Amino acid sequence: MKSGSNLEKILTAGHFAFTGELGPPRGTDADEVRKKASYLKGMVDAVNITDNQTAVVRMASWAASIIVIQEGLEPNYQMVCRDRNRLAMQSDILGAYALGIRNMLCLSGDHQKFGDHPQAKGVFDIDSMQLIGMVKKMRDEGKFLGGTEIGHPPKIFIGAAANPFADPFEWRVHRLAKKIKAGVDFIQTQCIYNMEKFRTWVKQANDMGLTEKVYLLAGVTPMKSVGMAKYMKNNVPGMDVPDELIKRLQGVDKKMQADEGIKIACEQIEEFRQLKGVAGVHLMAIEWEHKVPEIAERAKMLPRPVV
Amino acid sequence: MIVAKRKPFEEIKNLLKGYRKVLNVGCGTCVAVCLVGGEKEVAVLNAELDMARKLEENPVEMGAITVERQCDMEYLEILDSMVDEYEALLSMACGAGIQFLAERYPAKPVLPAVDTTFLGVNQTVGWYEERCRSCSSCVLGLTGGICPVTMCAKGLYNGPCGGTNKGSCEIDKNQPCAWYQIYERLKAQNRLDCILEITPPSEWQNQIPRTVIQPGYKKQEKK
Repeated sequence: MKSGSNLEKILTAGHFAFTGELGPPRGTDADEVRKKASYLKGMVDAVNITDNQTAVVRMASWAASIIVIQEGLEPNYQMVCRDRNRLAMQSDILGAYALGIRNMLCLSGDHQKFGDHPQAKGVFDIDSMQLIGMVKKMRDEGKFLGGTEIGHPPKIFIGAAANPFADPFEWRVHRLAKKIKAGVDFIQTQCIYNMEKFRTWVKQANDMGLTEKVYLLAGVTPMKSVGMAKYMKNNVPGMDVPDELIKRLQGVDKKMQADEGIKIACEQIEEFRQLKGVAGVHLMAIEWEHKVPEIAERAKMLPRPVV
Repeated sequence: MIVAKRKPFEEIKNLLKGYRKVLNVGCGTCVAVCLVGGEKEVAVLNAELDMARKLEENPVEMGAITVERQCDMEYLEILDSMVDEYEALLSMACGAGIQFLAERYPAKPVLPAVDTTFLGVNQTVGWYEERCRSCSSCVLGLTGGICPVTMCAKGLYNGPCGGTNKGSCEIDKNQPCAWYQIYERLKAQNRLDCILEITPPSEWQNQIPRTVIQPGYKKQEKK
């Protein structure tokens, strides 16, 4: 065991993992975190705690992670390279580990231009690839990036993101290979809608032997409406939403579109369960945490295994 | 070349508030080429200031001179006999030139008329684009001659990120994704192996004022 986290135990035991996502509040109300956590408890193996997502200031992801631990859920602590340099990152990692955080997701972060402080200075002292390497060095060598020894090194299960759809498509699998070389233990993908392209990407990863070296969790975000699907298609960079999916949502009554979205997500999850190279699903039910129990139930992900 | 843009007129006017005799010093190198701080621009700005202050019934006497390079003491010498006549100096050079001018005449207020913007190229007359952040550790040999530090909005050494959008950067459809371009160029050159390896964290060298002494030269007494 690298970290002994619940997520690591589930994956190494060969169970099909199921992770969720929780966005911290734009304020200090810990109850908001607790409320969201209550929907997710028992439904997922770990929950991603986003880090100033879309470059909007929110409660620190480590702090929300601690609240989630208090609620009996395991966090997957997200950290972006946009907001802190290597000193701040490493000290946050030490603090996070000291308080019980065992999983981390290493990300570049959305550009600050999208957020509520568009003129902020983007730090990007190191990039997501280098962050993975840094956490691995801290864990496996017990050393800081600068080379000095760490007293009681943090034993973190290291995650990263992958976008199988962004161009150039041929490069995506090599980028995955680089993240594995950097030391990543598990990958959570961007929201998948184009199943054909995803299958091609996973096949490439299988053929290169990559899925034997990393646990791949397929990203799923159920569509709430036709409007959301169109927005994702046209406005979210790196997102690939096929027209057929939009047509399918348009084919049902407006009141039933959210239900149809969940149905599509469940069909996807069913396929991922069978797909060679996929070790689990990462469910990003954005501001839809209360729907997670229903989705988990309908996707036959319950009960969650205990290892 | 170093590219700059003129400060808003009101800001310049405000900086000169309270001075009645000012020498406007242009620079004949980079800022002259990018049409912001050469002889012609000095004359134009002086005319504008002259008119504005006359209208305010608070005239200013603007002197004008454009030196070859403000970043070279040798070319500043010519000013020695002039500066005493003026209450302040206005510089249309880049930030380096302005500071060198201030260094030579430490008793005089030296004020900037331009905002130094970047190290860039001339796309066509009047159109300039940034290309270099002078990071002191060039990786262009690995990245197909396209700088990820400057041209990637996140300065990623191991891109592209997940926000790359059909060849564009996530920040703007009109901004090309540097890493997409790096990939395409290296692929065409059959050199993709250059970016298969992980580039380690940069040892940033642009965190303190840097000095370069070329081989064969040594630090001398400042003139």
